[in-house]
Amino acid sequence: MDFSLLSDNIGLFMQGFMNTIWASLLGLAGSFILGTIIAVFRMTRSRPLVWFGTAYVEFFRNIPLLLVVFLFYLGLPSLGITLSGFASGTMGLAVYTSSFIAEAIRAGIMAVPKGQTEAARSSGLTYVQTMFYVILPQAIKLVIPPLSNQFINLVKNSSILSIVAGFDLMYYGDIVATETFDTINTYLFVALFYLIITLPLSYGSRVLERKLARHD
Amino acid sequence: MDFAGAYSGDFLIFLLQGLLITLKIALISIILSFTLGTLIGIIRYARVPVLSPVLAVLVELLRNLPLLLIILFSRFALPDLGLRLGPEGAAIAALTVFEMAMISEVVRGGLNSIPKGQVEAARSSGLSSVQTLRYIVLPQGLRRMIPPLVSQFISLLKDTSLATAIALAELMHNAQIIIGHSYNYAIPVLLLCAAIYFTVNYLLSLLSRRLENKGV
Amino acid sequence: MKKHWKMISLGMALCLAMTVLAGCGNKKEEGGLGAIKDRGKLVVGVKFDTKLFGLKDPSSGNVEGFDIDISKQLAKRILGDENKVEFKEVTSKTRIPMLNNSEIDMVVATMTITEERKKEVDFSDVYFQAGQSLLVKKGSPIKGIEDVTADTKVMSSKGATSVKNIKEKVPGVTVLEFDNYQDAFSALKAGQGDALTTDDAILYGMAAQDPNYEVVGEPFTDEPYGIAIQKGNSDLVQAVNDALKEMHENGEYDAIYEKWIGKKPAE
Repeated sequence: MDFSLLSDNIGLFMQGFMNTIWASLLGLAGSFILGTIIAVFRMTRSRPLVWFGTAYVEFFRNIPLLLVVFLFYLGLPSLGITLSGFASGTMGLAVYTSSFIAEAIRAGIMAVPKGQTEAARSSGLTYVQTMFYVILPQAIKLVIPPLSNQFINLVKNSSILSIVAGFDLMYYGDIVATETFDTINTYLFVALFYLIITLPLSYGSRVLERKLARHD
Repeated sequence: MDFAGAYSGDFLIFLLQGLLITLKIALISIILSFTLGTLIGIIRYARVPVLSPVLAVLVELLRNLPLLLIILFSRFALPDLGLRLGPEGAAIAALTVFEMAMISEVVRGGLNSIPKGQVEAARSSGLSSVQTLRYIVLPQGLRRMIPPLVSQFISLLKDTSLATAIALAELMHNAQIIIGHSYNYAIPVLLLCAAIYFTVNYLLSLLSRRLENKGV
Repeated sequence: MKKHWKMISLGMALCLAMTVLAGCGNKKEEGGLGAIKDRGKLVVGVKFDTKLFGLKDPSSGNVEGFDIDISKQLAKRILGDENKVEFKEVTSKTRIPMLNNSEIDMVVATMTITEERKKEVDFSDVYFQAGQSLLVKKGSPIKGIEDVTADTKVMSSKGATSVKNIKEKVPGVTVLEFDNYQDAFSALKAGQGDALTTDDAILYGMAAQDPNYEVVGEPFTDEPYGIAIQKGNSDLVQAVNDALKEMHENGEYDAIYEKWIGKKPAE
């Protein structure tokens, strides 16, 4: 590996690296909030909400992330809303990932036996109380492994920002590669920067998973 | 927004040509990544000496890198290492190695989910390790793998859209060209693409549900 | 013994798969004049997204433009038939890697001759003289390079000389770089930036495509276009230069120029 390439362009690499981290964190927060809302929608008794939640999940799970990002970046402006590449990319990531997160949360909650809800309700707890004190604490154990997996995917998928000039790691990597003509070394460094984020996350999620399994 | 203009015959044919490339690339990559992924999953399940730990490292690296980076690497960096791939070859190679890593984990997980007691019982009743794998572990494991495998295939099909970054004339690439003709086509074309991807992927997931119920 | 067989067969399966993968690629082909003549076909990298120079028509599937006609004339002179030419899509980002991978024999794709690129590839004589300019939406406050400030968002294509030039002219300017000019133009139309910068020749094509946009100001750089050829193929460079010279002498060059640019080339 040619480290002079790294030191010559460290400014660009770092800028991209930080933006990738930002996009991932914002995407994580957004997708978690959206995903939880959609999961709750799908478990209410209101038909329109269930229908909306189901349509949302099925739609975004079955189309490419790039298409979602283009809808934000190229589509919204014709409705009068212009979002930057970074904003479109991050929102696209949040919306796309939220459909997977909604499914993970729903599956976790459904796995808690129905009898517990009935018992809690008949002992006088409201629906919200039942959720918060009885169901969610148990569901979280089941939900954490798929959620951490989704977060790793989100970090990797954030590279899509490069296609809409979102100033992320891949975007700057591409620019360094075309300017230096040294594609191999540039991409290897880009890979290294991604691994700095994703490898500890993978490792951490595996440790967490094992810990949770042991408590059962 | 100009729906009528965007859905004119010529543009529809152009999108259809893109879809055919998308399906072709996806199909070839699914076959290759499924074959290689299953092999790697089995090798790691069987803990084949030397090969198994080497593959473990490879899988771990591939799983933690953005697919877009792998695609760009295949197209622009591999030639410097002596492997010359055109846009189609590079897309197939990148999708194959990335999904192969994901699928190998699905396969390994599926095989590991078969209780060890069954393997021991089979071995002590005189079956060889290959026979145990072939007749006891694989048939049961495969059934459990169907849902996660199909969702990997759906991801792969969606991920072919990333090959637009290497100017492969797949569906999203052709959509971008039409949008380039007139901005009024942006939303109509993006929505049509969403409908196309959704239909193909939804059919795939229906197929998976049927397979699961039948229990192949 | 059984174990060994298992490993050997697995290894063989892997090798087989790798060979299949490698087989997807184009085999290494030595470029050069001899190879082109043996093959009987000239493979040229051209733009597919640049009106007037190289634009793929989604309806007919044909690529059309100045660069296309020049390439056909080169094929006619090298191989005796202007139809013995195959066009492959390149972008500013992909053209040098594709040339050096021997996927194409030459690049005829609005490519400026620069000292840096000369280290990577060989160039023919200048075959078109362009200059960098700006494309804006009609009514934009930007009337020329002097109106571009550090707060202006300018779009361009990855790997283009125009990015470097505008950053030198206007330090601190934000440049949004896309995979190709068509995507950059789509983003401009979506209101994602204030101006698109590249060679005026390309910009005039975009303005012709969408009359809501116009080219403003005088060109602020010189962009001499050359035909790029893999390093070390001096016989091919010579053949291209001879062909260009002949086209200039017999008036064919002027005819192609007028057909696409709409006026006679400046002397």
